[in-house]
Formats: sequence, C-alpha cells, structure tokens
Amino acid sequence: MVKIMEMPTKPTVPTPAQAPAPQRLSMEVQGLKASYGGGWVVKGVDLRFYEKVITAIIGPSGCGKSTLIRCLNRMHEVLPSARMEGEVLLDGQPIMGLDPVALRRQVGMVFQRPNPFPTMSIAQNVAAGLVLNGVTDRAVLAESVESSLRKAALWDEVKDKLSAPGQSLSGGQQQRLCIARALAVEPRVLLLDEPCSALDPIATARIEELLLELKSHLTIVIVTHNMQQAARVSDYTAFLLTGELVEYGVTHELFTKPSDKRTEDYITGRFG
Amino acid sequence: MTMKRHFDEDLDVLRGKLLEMGGLCEDMIHDAVKILTERDEVYLADVQAKEGRVNDLHIEIDEVALRLIALHQPAAGDLRLIAAALKINSDLERIGDQAVNIAETGIYLARMPRIKLGDIPRMVEVAVGMTKDSLDAFSRRDVELARSVIARDDEEDALKSQTFNELIGLMQSDASTIQRGMDIILVARNLERIADHATNIAEDVIFMVLGKDIRHHAEEKAAAAERSPEP
Repeated sequence: MVKIMEMPTKPTVPTPAQAPAPQRLSMEVQGLKASYGGGWVVKGVDLRFYEKVITAIIGPSGCGKSTLIRCLNRMHEVLPSARMEGEVLLDGQPIMGLDPVALRRQVGMVFQRPNPFPTMSIAQNVAAGLVLNGVTDRAVLAESVESSLRKAALWDEVKDKLSAPGQSLSGGQQQRLCIARALAVEPRVLLLDEPCSALDPIATARIEELLLELKSHLTIVIVTHNMQQAARVSDYTAFLLTGELVEYGVTHELFTKPSDKRTEDYITGRFG
Repeated sequence: MTMKRHFDEDLDVLRGKLLEMGGLCEDMIHDAVKILTERDEVYLADVQAKEGRVNDLHIEIDEVALRLIALHQPAAGDLRLIAAALKINSDLERIGDQAVNIAETGIYLARMPRIKLGDIPRMVEVAVGMTKDSLDAFSRRDVELARSVIARDDEEDALKSQTFNELIGLMQSDASTIQRGMDIILVARNLERIADHATNIAEDVIFMVLGKDIRHHAEEKAAAAERSPEP
C-alpha cells in the first residue's frame, strides 16, 4: 500500500485508498494564530496544503477562514494592528524570512470581488505583475499575456480586444482576468477568497472548471461559503469554526460521513 | 446552536412513507402464507390490494427522495438517509412481489391435496422477523438490531436447502407430488429472497447510521487487509 503524506495529527487523517494520488507538501501552517488587534480570530491552526490538490476551507462567517488564507501570503500583516503567531512554511521555508513581494509572486491571490486595475487594459492588467517585477521585453510580455489568458480560459473571448479596459468585461470575465493576472507571474500556489460569490451560476461553473484544469500544476486553496462548490472542486476540505480547525479530510468523506458532529451540523445547514 | 429545519419535516415524510410500505409488506407476507397454511383463498384479495398501495408508495418514495436531492443538495447524514431510502424502497417493492408470488402459488396448492411443507413454517417466521426487525432498525437507527438481521440470513439459507432436499426426496419417491413439490420449492425460494432483501435493508441501515458500507463482506476484507498489509 502506498504511504502518502503525513497529515496533521489533529484533523481526520485521510486514508490512502480514498485520498487523491500522493502529492508533495507545498505549504504548511503550524499553530497559526491571527488577530486584528483584539482577540485571536485564528486560534492555533495546523494545516497542510499539497501540490496539485485543491483544498477548500469552509466555515460560517467570522470563523477565520479568510484571515487564515491571508496569512499564507502575508496579506494579513498589511492591515494596521494585525498580529500573527505560529509558523507558515512554503516548501519548508518560513515565509516570514522571505521578501513579501517575492512571496506573493509565488503565492498569488484572487479576491471575492473581481478587481482589475481600473486604468489598465486587459493586456496591461495581465502583464502588471511582470512589469512590476522589471520585465520590459515586449515579446516576453505579449507571450505571457496570451499564455496566462489561455490558462485562465479567457483568451478566445478577449484576443481581439486586448487593449480594451479590463473593467469593460463581464463580472465572470473580470474574475478570470484576475486569475490570469495572478498566473502571469507563474505562482506555485493560488489562493482564492470566495472567488465566485459575486458571479452568476454560469460564470461560477467556468471558474470551477478552470480551477480543475489549473490544479494539474498548482497548489490551490479556496475559501468558500458555498458548500456545494467545495464539494464539487476540492480534494480536501478543512472546516473552521470560531478560529479553530474542527475537521480536515478528503472532501467526499467529509461531505458524506463527517467525523465531527459540528461538521455534520454545519454542512447539513443546522447552523451557520 | 442547532436549528430546526423544514427539511427535517420532509425527511420525516420520507421515513413515514417507507415505514408504511414496510408495514404493508409484512402484512402481505402474513396474508400470502395464510393462503398456504390455512388453505383459504380469501386472503388473495388482501395481498393484491396491498400490492397496489405498495406500488404507489414505490413511486412516491422515489419522487420524494429525488425532489429532496434536487432541491436541498443534502450532505452527510441527510444524504445517507436519502440514499438508503432509495435502496430500501426497491427492496421493499421486491419483498411485496415475492409475497404476491407466494400468494399465487398458494392458491394452486390450496386446491390440491396437502403434502408436507418442509421447513416452510420456520422459514416464514425467520423471513417475517428479519423484515420486521430491519424496518425497526431503520426507524430506530439501531445498528445492533440491523446486524442481528444480517446474522439470521444464514439460518434462512440453511432452511431453504433443507426444504429443497426434503421435497426432492419426496418427489423422487412419489411422482404425483412433483407439481406441488416444485411449487413448495418456489415458495421456499421466495422466502429466501425476502430474507435477502431484509438483509439488504439492514446493510443500508448500517450505512445510513455509521456511513460504513458493509456489503459483500467489506468489513471482513478490510480487517483481513489490516492483518496482512501488502508490502
């Protein structure tokens, strides 16, 4: 029998037969605590994220799921009075020892509301990260724009209007533009914080299909309020409640036979 | 804090319909067997009337379950209950069909001179007990009772084999009993199938309560694999 990854001791350990194919550990949080100056919003969470795997983080409003993923690329510390304790590792290296800009190039993020840069064209939006990192070669930039838009499944829809404003696109297209922008700097981890909450079901389905395509070469972490979405796209799911990790396991197991009653009550709509 | 959901009322409707169907099936087996043992054809109409209601419930339960899946996207224990209900629904409908078969065979046998019934009376007792207990286990979410139903299936199989052997012996010694002997063998087969369906229901109850699939000796296989893991 194949020995897969060692899972954290606290969460439910996924059994090898039910887990996706063995993958390399990409990111890890150990004893993570985070606050906005008051009490801890995330209260000592241990969690692992694997390469080529989509991990969903679910939980009711205020449970700390967005705060947790914002700690993964040091977006949390940007807020005044924010505090973070514990360890976040990227490929085994503490991220606090990395330059935040360099870290965010490797750990990209897509937010709830599509936020293309308002004064930039579609192409400029996609190239923004590379330009910021000093790339000036037009051919390199053009190639990156095309490949990133293709990866984000947007190329065919925008290839004839690359100089149009990013904000001229529909909501779903804008969100895929933001994904293309995140992909352009070739990150290894993609964090998505409620990426479909402002989108209609068709646009949502396109993003979900896209994530399933992208996971072949990325580590993806998605925070979602939509439990069906977590069930549809993720391989692993972590359930957070009042800042604590209640259960972590293989998604189809967690949604069919959760081991913790609080998980059962949440996913069956008895609270939240 | 746990919230009371309208969905729970819908699930109660589903449970209620299944239990009604189960009760009708139990009655159908009793009535069918009375045709055989009491040689009274009056029970055939009862069996047929109940079969009509069982068939209606078969369709209604599927409709309710599919509606709940489509509208509520159930998860965890809710999902397992609905999945179990769909399977139990099929098993109950088949139990009803077996009871009709017994009733129809009984009509022929009731018009002919008696021959021995082998272990049929005991088979009836076991099959009816298993059916009743499987439904009680469903209603009370009682895993131990469900396991006891599964354990009784071996007894029913043994009784069937015994009845087969006894009647084959009879038919060999007296050719005039062949038609009736064959019919009693068919009844034994019907009862054994009822016990199999009750076993399926008990397995579904265990899945519903524990989320554990124990069909096809999955538990024993898992335990064996644990004892001798592959290199």
